[in-house]
Amino acid sequence: MGDVVIRAENLGKQFRIGRRAEIGTVFVDVLARNMRNAMRKSVDMMKGKALIDGDVVEDFWALRNVDFEISRGEVISIIGHNGAGKTTLLKILSRIVEPTEGRLLLKGRVASLLEVGTGFHPELTGRENIFLNGAILGMTRAEVRRRFDEIVAFSGIEKFIDTPVKRYSVGMYARLAFAVAAHLESEILVIDEVLAVGDAEFQARCLNRMSEVANAGRTVLFVSHNLAAVKALTKRAIVFQSGRVYFDGPIDEAVARYATSLRRVESGRQWGKGDNSSLISADMVDADGRPTDRYEPGTPIRLKVVVETTGLRGMTLDLVLRDEHNLPVGFYSTAVFNQVSLPGHAGRYECQLALEPFWLGSGEYCFDVMTAHTNVNIDHRVDNALRFFVERCSPNDIPFNFTQADGHGAIAMRLAGPVTFTEASAPAEPPKPGQG
Amino acid sequence: MSTLQENDPDVLVIEAGRADRQYWLDLWRYRELFLILAWRDVAVRYKQTVIGALWAFLRPFMTMVVFTVVFGTLAKLPTEGTTPYAVLVFAGLLPWTLFSSVLNEASGSVISNSNLVSKVYFPRMIVPLATVVVALIDFLVSLVILAGLMLWYGIAPGWQILLLPFFVMLAILAAIGPSLWAASLIVHYRDFRFLIPFGVQIGLYVSPVGFSSKVVPEQFQMLYSLNPMVGVIDGFRWCILGGESPIYLPGFIASLVIIAALLVWGARSFRRSERAFADML
Repeated sequence: MGDVVIRAENLGKQFRIGRRAEIGTVFVDVLARNMRNAMRKSVDMMKGKALIDGDVVEDFWALRNVDFEISRGEVISIIGHNGAGKTTLLKILSRIVEPTEGRLLLKGRVASLLEVGTGFHPELTGRENIFLNGAILGMTRAEVRRRFDEIVAFSGIEKFIDTPVKRYSVGMYARLAFAVAAHLESEILVIDEVLAVGDAEFQARCLNRMSEVANAGRTVLFVSHNLAAVKALTKRAIVFQSGRVYFDGPIDEAVARYATSLRRVESGRQWGKGDNSSLISADMVDADGRPTDRYEPGTPIRLKVVVETTGLRGMTLDLVLRDEHNLPVGFYSTAVFNQVSLPGHAGRYECQLALEPFWLGSGEYCFDVMTAHTNVNIDHRVDNALRFFVERCSPNDIPFNFTQADGHGAIAMRLAGPVTFTEASAPAEPPKPGQG
Repeated sequence: MSTLQENDPDVLVIEAGRADRQYWLDLWRYRELFLILAWRDVAVRYKQTVIGALWAFLRPFMTMVVFTVVFGTLAKLPTEGTTPYAVLVFAGLLPWTLFSSVLNEASGSVISNSNLVSKVYFPRMIVPLATVVVALIDFLVSLVILAGLMLWYGIAPGWQILLLPFFVMLAILAAIGPSLWAASLIVHYRDFRFLIPFGVQIGLYVSPVGFSSKVVPEQFQMLYSLNPMVGVIDGFRWCILGGESPIYLPGFIASLVIIAALLVWGARSFRRSERAFADML
């Protein structure tokens, strides 16, 4: 280990979040709620506390007891599912928010890129925005001017450099924005999930540029969901889960741990709500209707979903089945596949459905559950709404366990009829060109 | 060495409630951002308007006409000595507009730049301060109109005009104090976004803009001067109209003290709450 340039000591960040309580739509109740909330907010303001919308205010630790050290020249990825605390950590590192407890020691200039194109103004031209964005990211005018041609060349939009950026396509905008950021000169570079934009060729260019930066001996912290990019760029990763460091170590092991960490996340998570419907819960059930998280291959997949609806017509309930790499392997929609919509009267409903038996390889799966209106507008979507496991998959009672991890996919396919072999004659010689 | 030492001057410690010792130095280091934000606000101001920068001329001019008609001709408020009423009004309107546009723009500036505040670090005070430049440019345009007006009436300013920059500075400082306070308050309690323009509106009528401060009875002069803009506007008129409009000195000193107090208080309340800005946006 060389010089330590970043050290987190027992770092924690607490937020206060508001939540709506279950109250009907009776006028008096709603009035009483609004009065109560106005009272609470007035008291908060008098005490100099922050205002939070909602009926019930709760404390919530986005980050807690976080300790780590990073040395000069290390390239580190921060991984974790949504809400694990990655962005909060980056914001503390970038001095945008203050920690609630603990502290962070930093040595060297930090440039952080939490979003591409921060501060871009739509009315200004590409040229003007390069200077604006550069200054916002902490470059001096002289620095920007020195690297201006490089930036423009990297973005590949020389022709439109004097056009207002409001006329740009999303791709051009992202190219220009990343080009500025890619030329930041700082000892520590912090990058949050910014490679999700742009076409494949441009993404490759960005990844190249990042490995150049890394090779130049600068310290890089990199957040991404793109596990392939993470593996290619970094040797060490810190895995976050529910605001804590779940694992800190070599990248390969970290990625594996990340996959298993996904399993334990979900209990107690808030699902939020949609405009016209809200998914309340989703469970896999056994033949007797009891909740379970084990699936026996070859039996119907039985699900129980509780959903609230405002009674809007044409709402569908959709399911996406995902394997342990989070890749989609199956889809079902009540409206598209069976012309069944959510009930047309407002209320809370329990929906039971059973899908045809599948031979899923052993391992872990999840369903995303969503409601959508006329199959187009997703109203309420809950990713990883329910997880389940397959312990053993042995179609036709084969003596071994077919598992997802073998790399042959998630589904063991079965025959619809016998396998036959009949003798086939060798193909005739193809006619030579110019003949016949 | 392989550890980070807390007392190493190159090491930055990020901790709850830790006052940034280098705040004012940082503010200076980020002067380029200040300039570029100010330039941005100026550059986009009149984009997609038909007459463009002409608006900078038209707005104060029209206000002046309305004031002259309403207060001078209809309400028949007295002017000072032989000064034409239009000049008296305009000499008061100029610093007031500077003050009120800084206050209006700066107080909402942290919210309107929330995309920056929640994504990048810089001393937050830069945002409200940068809005001063736009107001100052509008002010300079109005100053040209005033010169034209004085030429039209054949009024020549005295040596006092040399002190004008001092009073311009004073008008800005008078606005910055309350602006910083309002800006930090608005981030936490958006109610103030609706209250500030209302307050500015009232301020226009209680400040000697459409009339001379001499219409206030002698025994209330000191009380009246607690409004810091009274000192600023009187000073302006004194610079431009010279001997026609003398300054009430005790009142002026009271205004100065209040401006300074507001400035310190505004900066302190801004500093205290700016660390939590990103949490609230």
